[in-house]
Amino acid sequence: MIGSRLARGRRRWLAALRGLYARPSSALGTSVVAVFVLLALVGPLVSPYGPTEQLFADRSQPPGIHHLFGTDHLGRDVFSRVVAGDRDIFLLAGSGTLIAVVLGTLVGLLATYRGGWVEEVSYRFFDSLLAVPALLLALLLLGSLGPSRTSVLAVIAVAYTPIVARVVRSVVLDTKTKEYVLAARMQGESLAYILGREVLPSVLPALAVESALRFSYAIFLVASLGFLGVGVQPPNPDWGLMVSEARDFVYLTPWTLAFPALGISLLVVGVNLLADGLKNVLQVGEGP
Amino acid sequence: MTGGQGMGAPLVAFENVSVAYRQGRRWSRAVRGVDLGIGAGVTYGLVGESGSGKSTLAQALLRVLPPSGRVVEGTIRFRGEDLSLWPPQRLRSEFYRQVAMVPQDPLPSLNPAHRVGRQVEEVLDPGGLPARAGSEVRRKALAMLEAVGMADPERVASAYPHQLSGGMQQRVLIAMALAGEPSLLVLDEPTTNLDVTTEATILDLVRELVAERDTAVLYVSHSLGVVAELCDRVAVLYAGELVEDAPTAQLYRQPRHPYTQGLFDSVPRLGTTRRSVALRPIPGRIPAPSSLPPGCVFEPRCPIAVGACSQARPALEPSGDGWARCLRSGEIAAGEVDPHQPAPPARATDAAREVPVALDVANLRKRFPLRRSLVELLRRTPQRAVRAVEDVSLTVRQGHTLGLVGESGSGKSTAARAILGLDPASGGAITLAGMPLAPDLARRAPEAIRRLQMVFQSSDEALNPYRTVGAALRRPFRRLGGLDHAHADARVAQLLRDVQLTPAYASRRPAELSGGEKQRVAIARAFAAEPEVLVFDESVSGLDVSVQAAILNLIGQLQQERGSGYLFISHDLAVVSFLADYVTVVYLGHVMEAGPAERVLTPPYHPYTEALLSAIPLLEPGAVRAHVRLEGEVPSPVDVPGGCPFHTRCPRFLGDICVSQAPPWREADEGHGVYCHIPLEELRASQAPAIPFPGRGGDVDGG
Repeated sequence: MIGSRLARGRRRWLAALRGLYARPSSALGTSVVAVFVLLALVGPLVSPYGPTEQLFADRSQPPGIHHLFGTDHLGRDVFSRVVAGDRDIFLLAGSGTLIAVVLGTLVGLLATYRGGWVEEVSYRFFDSLLAVPALLLALLLLGSLGPSRTSVLAVIAVAYTPIVARVVRSVVLDTKTKEYVLAARMQGESLAYILGREVLPSVLPALAVESALRFSYAIFLVASLGFLGVGVQPPNPDWGLMVSEARDFVYLTPWTLAFPALGISLLVVGVNLLADGLKNVLQVGEGP
Repeated sequence: MTGGQGMGAPLVAFENVSVAYRQGRRWSRAVRGVDLGIGAGVTYGLVGESGSGKSTLAQALLRVLPPSGRVVEGTIRFRGEDLSLWPPQRLRSEFYRQVAMVPQDPLPSLNPAHRVGRQVEEVLDPGGLPARAGSEVRRKALAMLEAVGMADPERVASAYPHQLSGGMQQRVLIAMALAGEPSLLVLDEPTTNLDVTTEATILDLVRELVAERDTAVLYVSHSLGVVAELCDRVAVLYAGELVEDAPTAQLYRQPRHPYTQGLFDSVPRLGTTRRSVALRPIPGRIPAPSSLPPGCVFEPRCPIAVGACSQARPALEPSGDGWARCLRSGEIAAGEVDPHQPAPPARATDAAREVPVALDVANLRKRFPLRRSLVELLRRTPQRAVRAVEDVSLTVRQGHTLGLVGESGSGKSTAARAILGLDPASGGAITLAGMPLAPDLARRAPEAIRRLQMVFQSSDEALNPYRTVGAALRRPFRRLGGLDHAHADARVAQLLRDVQLTPAYASRRPAELSGGEKQRVAIARAFAAEPEVLVFDESVSGLDVSVQAAILNLIGQLQQERGSGYLFISHDLAVVSFLADYVTVVYLGHVMEAGPAERVLTPPYHPYTEALLSAIPLLEPGAVRAHVRLEGEVPSPVDVPGGCPFHTRCPRFLGDICVSQAPPWREADEGHGVYCHIPLEELRASQAPAIPFPGRGGDVDGG
């Protein structure tokens, strides 16, 4: 019984993957994201140097056999730094998004299902957060919290929880009046059971797409904060920070700017295409 | 060619028409080889269940098929000319000037940004400037609105579509359709979403207007009753093929195709009950266009199929004054073979009346408070409320069925949800087998919840699309029955057999089930907890008649086996009268009439019951009976009329007393009575039976 359920689950994953590769754009997006994930996982194995290791003899070297992406003015290997930054961005943007998704889903499910003043209060509060531009909100928060990785996580969570909660709300509003939810109530089911087993499954497709989108925006946000110098601090190999540091040397060592910038754009475009593909495969907005 | 007997060349002729839809890279034929001719001035009914291709055929005629659909074979002729050869310019200037269409759902066909009058004027004067007050066009438009029964055409003309009720919108569309004086009017289920009383007035209207103007009508419907009321000739479609085409009288008196016969036997008739006659559902389901049987399309479900039926598709042969696509139609006509489906096993007769009360509801009330605006808050205007249920009392006895009948807005569904505790009642007492129930479901003991269960309305929404049938059915056993996983699984298998499915269904998901199968699972889920009382809220309304018959039989059988009391809610009086032992009629949240079913269905009636019964289309073409029609609209439940709530529309309105005083309960006999100011003797004397053949069996041959 459990074996067959697992087999069915695996078949569905395979079907979803095949769906993603059925269209060229989503196939490209999925592949790009897969490469970046792979790099993040095996990072230390493929990068020849440490991300902060300085080779004074090899300062400002152009890309070549010894240094694939060249070195910067301090003699740090750009390829190693980009790979380490990749892992970093997945950790920061990824866990930030995860927090926002979990919080947004919880609040969205509970407040929308309960309705009444609970819903009113939570969503008015979220609306007021959404009224402030994300970057401005981030700068305000970081100004009071001080720049650190934890603060960056907090910023992503605060900026994106309301957006996730809104997406969840739009689905729950429709689902909570469905007769199968009423039927669950007629079986005396608990609130947790109704939300988790009856309502949540219908939220998941939209949530998957929204999570992918939020993740791509979180990458942007982390990079922007790093670039502005209020996010991740030197000498960490953050892509935004690397672009910012390379600005002064753009005529001497353009590669130090090009590769991290390329990393940001490729990953963001990849994740966006993937989100688009997911939307298509999961038929968000069309029901199961 | 069919149809055009003695009428010269038909206005519209379908010649061997096939329509296909593209699905991925394949084309599947939803309509195959249809031959049909509609003569000028003839009212033609096109009847079929969902999936029969009736709407596709109408769309093909009007050349409004969706982009994935295409006429792949045959010709559609209009006044003898092949329409597919006409250029768009000619279609616009000639064809569309002469045909008009009224769809099922009126609102999308009306422009929300323009006033209704302007839209009628546009049909009268296409491309013209907006009409001025007092102009010829304006005058004609108002006359049109008056012709479709609008009491105040000026007010309707200056309204926007959303400000009108569904019935009014449908009238406006009929006015627009007829304003162009078409020679052909296509009506696609125009009354399916409307209440019976509104449906009756719309049908009257179409009948009158068409007779005046000599317009040909193609009336597409799933309802045999509506078609019998209106049409001269009827074509029956099954799985995309025309199976029978005959004058209405012949079709209803003696169908020549076993499918037509099956349709008739599936429909509960007013005045028949499950105690007197069992419905004969058609087994199986309509084949998908992709998996058609090799011979006759109906062969797998046919009670009289022989070997030759599975060999080749029978031709459409003349039979009597019509046509039938059946090898044995001659034998059927001669009475040599019985085309009825086998009858289900007979049941025990009526049980004794004095059985314990299972559910008692007294003076139930449910109000939904309206929000006050800031100004109203400051002025301390008293808060207003939607009075969905004002005063409803009812009693469900063990092993018996109480039918709760009313039109939309009568508060019957709200009452059900209040009884179940889904929306806590605002007042009144609910007692289950002597035990008072809390208004709110959350405050009821699990045992109380177990004993009072519900079967919902929509087969599509009743099951969670993400969970298997087994998971849905196991839950009540574990939750309310306290069983472990293995025991629950065994009970699920038994339960699936009880609702005539197989245990293999446990691993399926709702998307893999047909509408009837989903409703069986929903019924199984409600029965899992072994409740004493079950509430059915429009639980068979969305189903095709042949499926509905099987579900009605199943519901009756389960009651016999388990002795549960039923509260059966429906807008369909024929279905209610078939299933129910007792009937309560509600209007605007008030009980109008209550009593044993057979007493409620015979005079004396409450004037509202009389109007309801009189509005129901019968399966008897040309039946003579009382003709009572309701004027106006159902009042808003925010301002329920004082006195008798029905006084604003009552055809037997007495005067001030109806407005100022609540009517008394007048008991006619043993538990049957009405709330009315008119004395019973007077009602009895002035009322004719609304059902021409009370207590009649399901056989059609005798009429």
